[in-house]
Amino acid sequence: MDLRLRATPPHATERAAVDAVLGPPESGWVGGVRRSESDGHVARGGHDMRTRRHLLLPALHAVQDRLGWISPEALNYICQRLDIPPAEAYGVVSFYALLSLSPQPPVVAHVCDDLACLTKGAGAICAELERTIGPAGTPSADSRVTWHRSPCLGLCEQAPAALILAAGDSPHTQTLSSIRAADVVTALRSDHAAETIPMILPQAGDTGLRLLRRVGVVDPTSLDSYRAHGGYTALRRALELGPSRVIREVTDSKLLGRGGAAFPMGRKWEAVAQAAIHPHYLICNADESEPGTFKDRILMEEDPFALLEAMTIAGFATDCQQGYLYIRGEYPHARERLAGAIAQAHARGFLGENVMGHGFRFDIELRRGAGAYICGEETALMNSIEGYRGEPRNKPPFPVQVGLFGKPTVINNVETLVNVLDIVLHGGLAFAAIGTPGSTGPKLFCVSGCVTRPGLYEVPFGVTLRELLALAGGVRDGGSLQAVLLGGAAGSFVTPDQLDTPLTFEGTRTIGASLGSGVVMVFDDTVDLKAIVLRIAAFFRDESCGQCVPCRVGTVRQQEQLQRLLTGHTLSTLPEELTLRADIGQVMRDASICGLVQTAASAIESALAKLQLLTPSRVS
Amino acid sequence: MTEASAVRFIELTIDGQSVRVPEGTTLLEACRGQGIATPTLCYLENLTPVNVCRVCVVELEGSRTLVPACSRRAETGMVVHTDSDRVRLSRRMVLEFLASSVDLSLAPAVGEYLRRYNAHPERLGPPAAGSERDFRPVGHHHQPDGTTAETVAQPVKVDNELYIRDYSRCILCYKCVEACGVDAQNTFAIAVAGRGFDARISTEFAVPLPESACVYCGNCIGVCPTGALMFSSEYELRQTGAWDEAKQAQTDTICPYCGVGCTLTLHVQDNQIVKVTSPLDHDVGHGHLCVKGRFGWQFVQNRTDPAKE
Ligand SMILES: Cc1cc2nc3c(=O)[nH]c(=O)nc-3n(C[C@H](O)[C@H](O)[C@H](O)COP(=O)(O)O)c2cc1C
Ligand code: SF4
Ligand code: SF4
Ligand code: SF4
Ligand code: FES
Ligand code: FES
Repeated sequence: MDLRLRATPPHATERAAVDAVLGPPESGWVGGVRRSESDGHVARGGHDMRTRRHLLLPALHAVQDRLGWISPEALNYICQRLDIPPAEAYGVVSFYALLSLSPQPPVVAHVCDDLACLTKGAGAICAELERTIGPAGTPSADSRVTWHRSPCLGLCEQAPAALILAAGDSPHTQTLSSIRAADVVTALRSDHAAETIPMILPQAGDTGLRLLRRVGVVDPTSLDSYRAHGGYTALRRALELGPSRVIREVTDSKLLGRGGAAFPMGRKWEAVAQAAIHPHYLICNADESEPGTFKDRILMEEDPFALLEAMTIAGFATDCQQGYLYIRGEYPHARERLAGAIAQAHARGFLGENVMGHGFRFDIELRRGAGAYICGEETALMNSIEGYRGEPRNKPPFPVQVGLFGKPTVINNVETLVNVLDIVLHGGLAFAAIGTPGSTGPKLFCVSGCVTRPGLYEVPFGVTLRELLALAGGVRDGGSLQAVLLGGAAGSFVTPDQLDTPLTFEGTRTIGASLGSGVVMVFDDTVDLKAIVLRIAAFFRDESCGQCVPCRVGTVRQQEQLQRLLTGHTLSTLPEELTLRADIGQVMRDASICGLVQTAASAIESALAKLQLLTPSRVS
Repeated sequence: MTEASAVRFIELTIDGQSVRVPEGTTLLEACRGQGIATPTLCYLENLTPVNVCRVCVVELEGSRTLVPACSRRAETGMVVHTDSDRVRLSRRMVLEFLASSVDLSLAPAVGEYLRRYNAHPERLGPPAAGSERDFRPVGHHHQPDGTTAETVAQPVKVDNELYIRDYSRCILCYKCVEACGVDAQNTFAIAVAGRGFDARISTEFAVPLPESACVYCGNCIGVCPTGALMFSSEYELRQTGAWDEAKQAQTDTICPYCGVGCTLTLHVQDNQIVKVTSPLDHDVGHGHLCVKGRFGWQFVQNRTDPAKE
């Protein structure tokens, strides 16, 4: 492969940003200074160099952070350094919402207009920003700032929320919660990052907490504080027990994955531990982008060492030496905490060549997403790490056989992993005794929307929706409940008559719902549910990777048709439109590559079935 | 060749018939072996299956979803249904989705599929007018009003003398990308860019082909199933209404340029070569050519007398 590259060199700042990630270029062949004695004779490249393709996204982030966009020259230089065809690299950049291919002002506000924020006035905030700054995506009059509408930022308990990203020599970020439009404008115009948002933990002080026991208690920036609160005792125990015993405990615990698919963790670990092909890889899925979900963010921000410890145990049990922690790009604060924690763990021998002096080698690399919900799908995430477009892979083969870099891979969600600490410390059977026989252990629920105390709640499996809502103080201002969205945009609506459903995997199944990622979004009777349902349809259309037809076209057709159904301006008779509605839903569930579109009709169908949203048909 | 004794066989059931195929056979190959017509759009014998169009899906007992026949390998004990209601509905919907969003008038195979699956793309709404689609940012879109069905209609790209790209006809089957990349040409001039319905085939920053890495091998044209990629010679004749396949003869010959010896199929109309293809089952090039074989035939028709120049 001969790359055809542009002659125009990158700007010095762009070059410096890229070199900071990739190191200085080795020779004139890859954009460095040409040394006449050697460069004329040998070209380094080929397979050797292409194994560095996984550095593409980090290099792109470096340029984006510094300049606020990725110029043709900068992209060209990255391609030269990593031996990537420019067309492919362009395909990658154009996949991500947080990377820009055209010049934009250095300071950008990403203002959430997704479900929870929509119930708290995000629409009016966006309208006001349109008046004061200009339409989303256009630079302000002085070209210094701009703003975009954003899908859920994972700050739903503090809705409405926004995230400010400022590019420059020292790029900074700022999270804004409970905003008014004026706050966004002020923050855009201020030079330094203000205080990050407060941490709200409604159950603070509750001694029965397991997953959240250290949240708000431990100093998340200090390894010593973590150890003083019982940190790294589980890893020590795991090292004593040995890999197969750890896996047995995990299997006995009957722990099901908390990332949405509810897959038994023990089975996954067992499969990778026994895989003959090496190396094995471990991935922690911290992409958390399901609208309404913020549990992993709070765990990572407030108890980052716990996740590192759990990942280290997972690596030990499944014979991995390298773990990747893939965190969504919209979580700068959690990323900073984790980076600090990794550095400390390294310095103190909890990561690295010889973990806790046990002769076990394990490292964790932090990888940052760049604005793509689909990259939470496990195989899309792997492609994203590898420097390809975040398109899901067809399965089989499954990641436990052919995963990251084509090797056997364990991938687990943040919350799933953190459960492992207690499983190792107290045994799998003790863990299985918590909750119900079909849903063991504690569970985090992300309660948002129209409740008195939105926030993250930990309860044992088996608590009913009614009990959880009571814990959150019930519907705000004594209002009356219209519906609850369970499981996020990929979940479904439940109605007030279903409040006694136990929040378990099996309990929700009996009412045709699912727990998904633990979203419980509450809508009182002041909320325009039509707008909510339309936002869900828009979300899937915006976030489809575009690979397969049932999703690429199906999400657009679903959105168009939903508009017709909700306004009553149908193209044919209502029964004909409803048949079409059912057909679209079925092909989405049946024929796609990945789970994104398999669940993209679920919330919408449940809303249409239960919530009387249809406007009588007026065929035009 | 593997020795016959080394080949393991697999038994499965397709539409109630017990079938025996060698290990590694795909469900599509197994179906074809049984004479079961299975529609395909993104599959081609000489390319790695990408299984993105989903028109070939079949029902596999025990699987929650349908599975793509083109890439799924047969396994012992599989029970497959190729014409169940679920299969027919998904195929119909895939075809309706494509036909409602893409100009398929030069994709004859699709017309046949649309009839077979009783597809009525018009029920998704009248097609919306198109516009430029090269630089759409990912993320939010304008809320549609539902009165029309969005399409990929866009201006034709005419940026070189050899072939045109009419992406209003593109079903995003990834075949051209594969042919340009690891499956044949290893040039990587084009890739998929953008996301969702805005995903498109593009050069870097959508630069015109002459500024890209393209070497004009035309292998992308050779694999394109919809006429989105087309010889300029064909495009120009179609523009004037002079293109007439009934009047064309196809003649196989060997490329005169080099020792590889690719087979060229010359398509000749009115004594003029109007395009060149190469048979997929050809064991030298598997249907792929280089710029010389594909486009370097003008000299054959150079009928001016050199003495008069
Ligand atoms: C469209 C889509 C998005 C997903 N997003 C996430 C995510 O943000 N975080 C996550 O842990 N799992 C996500 N998943 C599920 C993962 O594919 C995978 O099942 C999970 O990471 C496995 O971990 P677990 O077994 O611990 O749950 C997503 C799946 C799909 C189909
Ligand atoms: S279902 Fe959607 S997101 Fe998943 S692979 Fe297909 S197009 Fe991509
Ligand atoms: S003509 Fe050849 S090099 Fe050019 S885009 Fe097509 S396949 Fe790639
Ligand atoms: S241009 Fe043709 S070959 Fe390429 S993706 Fe589109 S339809 Fe397929
Ligand atoms: S942060 Fe706005 S909906 Fe989640
Ligand atoms: S032919 Fe199988 S998915 Fe396209």
